[in-house]
Amino acid sequence: MSHPLVAFVPDVFGQALNGLAYGVLLFLLSVGLTLIFGMLDVVNLAHGSYYMLGAYAGLTLIAVTGNFWLAVLVAPAAVALIGAAVERTCLRPLYRRGPLDQVLLTFGLIYVFEDLVKWIWSGRIRSIPTPALFSSSVTVFGATIPSYRLFVIVFGLVMAAALWALIEKTRLGAIIRAGVFDSEMTAGMGINIHRVFTGVFAFGAALAGLSGVIAGPIQSAYPPMGASILVPALIVVVVGGLGSLKGSLAGSLIIGQAETFGKVWLPGTSMLMIYVVMALILLFRPQGLFGRPLR
Amino acid sequence: MSSPSPLLAIAGLVRHFGALSALNGVSLAVAPHERRAIIGPNGAGKTTLFNVITGQLAPSAGRILFDGEPVAGLPPHALARRGMGRSFQRTNLFLKLTVLENLRLAAAADGRGSYDLLGSVERLRAPLERARGAAEAVGLAGRLGELVGRLSYGEQRQLEVGVVLATGPKLMLLDEPTAGMSPEETVRMTRMLEGLPREVTMLIIEHDMDVVGSLAERVTVLHYGEVLTEGTFDEVKRDPRVYEVYLGSA
Amino acid sequence: MTTRDVRPNAGRRSPAKAPRRRNTRMIPRVVGFAALVAIVAAFPLFAGNYPVKLIQEILIWGVFAMSLDLLMGYAGMVSFGHSAFFGVGGYVAALALLKSPGLISALLLPALAAAAAALAIGFFSIRVSGVYFIMLTLAFSQMFYAVAFQAAWLGAEDGVVGVPRPAVLGWNLASPAGFNLYLLALVVAACLLLYRIVRSPFGHVLRGIHDNEGRMQAVGYPVNRYKLLAFVIGGTVAGVAGSLYAQLVGSISPDAFLWTTSGEALLMVIIGGTGTLGGSMLGAAAFILLQSMVSSYTERWMLILGLTFVLLVLFAPGGILGVLRGRVGIRS
Repeated sequence: MSHPLVAFVPDVFGQALNGLAYGVLLFLLSVGLTLIFGMLDVVNLAHGSYYMLGAYAGLTLIAVTGNFWLAVLVAPAAVALIGAAVERTCLRPLYRRGPLDQVLLTFGLIYVFEDLVKWIWSGRIRSIPTPALFSSSVTVFGATIPSYRLFVIVFGLVMAAALWALIEKTRLGAIIRAGVFDSEMTAGMGINIHRVFTGVFAFGAALAGLSGVIAGPIQSAYPPMGASILVPALIVVVVGGLGSLKGSLAGSLIIGQAETFGKVWLPGTSMLMIYVVMALILLFRPQGLFGRPLR
Repeated sequence: MSSPSPLLAIAGLVRHFGALSALNGVSLAVAPHERRAIIGPNGAGKTTLFNVITGQLAPSAGRILFDGEPVAGLPPHALARRGMGRSFQRTNLFLKLTVLENLRLAAAADGRGSYDLLGSVERLRAPLERARGAAEAVGLAGRLGELVGRLSYGEQRQLEVGVVLATGPKLMLLDEPTAGMSPEETVRMTRMLEGLPREVTMLIIEHDMDVVGSLAERVTVLHYGEVLTEGTFDEVKRDPRVYEVYLGSA
Repeated sequence: MTTRDVRPNAGRRSPAKAPRRRNTRMIPRVVGFAALVAIVAAFPLFAGNYPVKLIQEILIWGVFAMSLDLLMGYAGMVSFGHSAFFGVGGYVAALALLKSPGLISALLLPALAAAAAALAIGFFSIRVSGVYFIMLTLAFSQMFYAVAFQAAWLGAEDGVVGVPRPAVLGWNLASPAGFNLYLLALVVAACLLLYRIVRSPFGHVLRGIHDNEGRMQAVGYPVNRYKLLAFVIGGTVAGVAGSLYAQLVGSISPDAFLWTTSGEALLMVIIGGTGTLGGSMLGAAAFILLQSMVSSYTERWMLILGLTFVLLVLFAPGGILGVLRGRVGIRS
């Protein structure tokens, strides 16, 4: 019989992997939120809705084509179009009015999207089949997890690297960084800032949609899923620092682990864990881990 | 000349912004009731100096003594309560409120009446008196009921000074009070400033040399975050270095 | 001289005339208010149970929304966590009334608990502003939701049920007419209190903060202290609203804590007109009546609510009262 510690470690490791998978989903979601905030000064409360739309788009695409990978490619694009449309029609008229009106508008959109989805797809939970390639389980360092989760982790880390390269190493990334730092100045440099805004918004929505599709086999699809993932995503962004990509990554990894281990070690108070973590971090750094200092 | 202890004494004030040193060891002393002007080319650090003195920015190094007490690093409202009032280069008023209310809020600043949950502002006599007095002093007595957003630019700049006056300060820091004004408005503003009570010490940033000449007893010249020279307006005017600094950066 | 008055002729009147003008403007308002109160008091005499319940819900949510308007419209603090205090008030009232159904359980304890919660949440949240404040307050109310949802002693998912109405002066409020008067009395008291506060010197300070926080700091106000006080007052009144809700419905569930509950209160404030107090009661009425009417015709209640909200923000940001005053259009 194995020593308790030897049995314990794979357990912890297995949970850590679960936490990592969840963290990755949060990361994809929070990147869009934090960039949209950093550049447009908008807290897009409807961001969770794009996550939900991605999952449902994925559901339909898989039902129609039978191909999971096609859904992963197409669903985010569809969500990006919706995001761009929303930005152009609803948000652009509000830029000169300040962040409050934008927050309130996006709050209204939550209701619109959730009910539309309920109308079109019905309110039942719809499960999304795991792709055939990853339908088995693997054992990593003694911990057994579904191989799909491992795929999610790897995919997420690859995406993180790709995003980092995009933001830090390309001209487009430089424009985005400039826009996040000071959008007035960037517009003054002759860059069509409106197009960049729409682009960043659509990009953020696409990432959220991607997260939704990828999450599908794990989470299934149900209409309130957007509103319920929004709060952890907001906490990630607050903890990491609004506008910081690094912060999104750090925040989502921390929150992913906190949520998972909270469920395992303190089951009666699991939902509370992420708030405790948030409160502790904000007590010492009110601007978040990588956010810009407040005074 | 033997002088009373200074109202404001700054020693070795430094303020960095990353690699940039906006203030590079500024020292100066302002006597009570003095009228001092701070001049210098753009980017000399004048507004940054004001920001650090009034607590909007924390100093990177250096000491500030106000009325004998060390005050470096205190927040703006604490300094205002001690008697330091500051006006802004870009008009910074309560746009949706009336002239009277702008002044009354300043006059009532954090007095015990401000925490009154159930009373009425009309019963707080003292702030209203001070507000009306400040309005008289800056020439806005006839415009008390007007919304600030409706005032002309010149009137708003007058109110900028009025709000500071209403707090009953010992030291007024005025940041380019005549900024953006026409020549007639500038003359009017200068006369108004000249007429302000002499008990209030004045430290004023200005670009317009006529205003400086009319108002200032002593002038401090700032350049690249350091004090270049100090003296009466005539002394400074005649200093070739000052001439060079202004010409060189034109 | 009221400084809130933005009508075109306001400034032309000289200060000496102000007191008399205030009285003549006040009279129609006072009469109107009294008439409204009388109608609501008499309502159970000529209307059935369902409409009476609807009116009572409107009154309670109206108070909740007004307390939020104090924060939003007067101090400029947009809180998405106001439901935390509503829930705290509701739960404390529910638990206390089950033990001892009196006024202390019905009003004092919930108010104190809500005030304490507001002090705690305010301490963390007021250090930041704008968007950060929105997100922090949202997260905090969700924290309360998490606790209520999972705690067995709080009834977990189902919450607390079987909450009795209090016995006031030996008078049991189980009868609809009796409860109506009790509720109305408290709601009127809350309205008058909030009305007094926004017109008080403290209320003027809040408006100054809303207009230009930086300048308020610069002239000597420790702004955060005032914001915290406003936050606690608003939270306390919200707690009383929550307690009244628990008394009306006889139960309280974790849903009271949801951030979407805060959002709905925000909607009510905006529908009626932010910064008007009375508008929030109007907004609560509009919201609840709309919800009641729409949901009896179609299941698509949420869609209509969301679209209404979106259109409202885009085209009528001043709310109902704003429209009445002529402020319509994207440029508002």
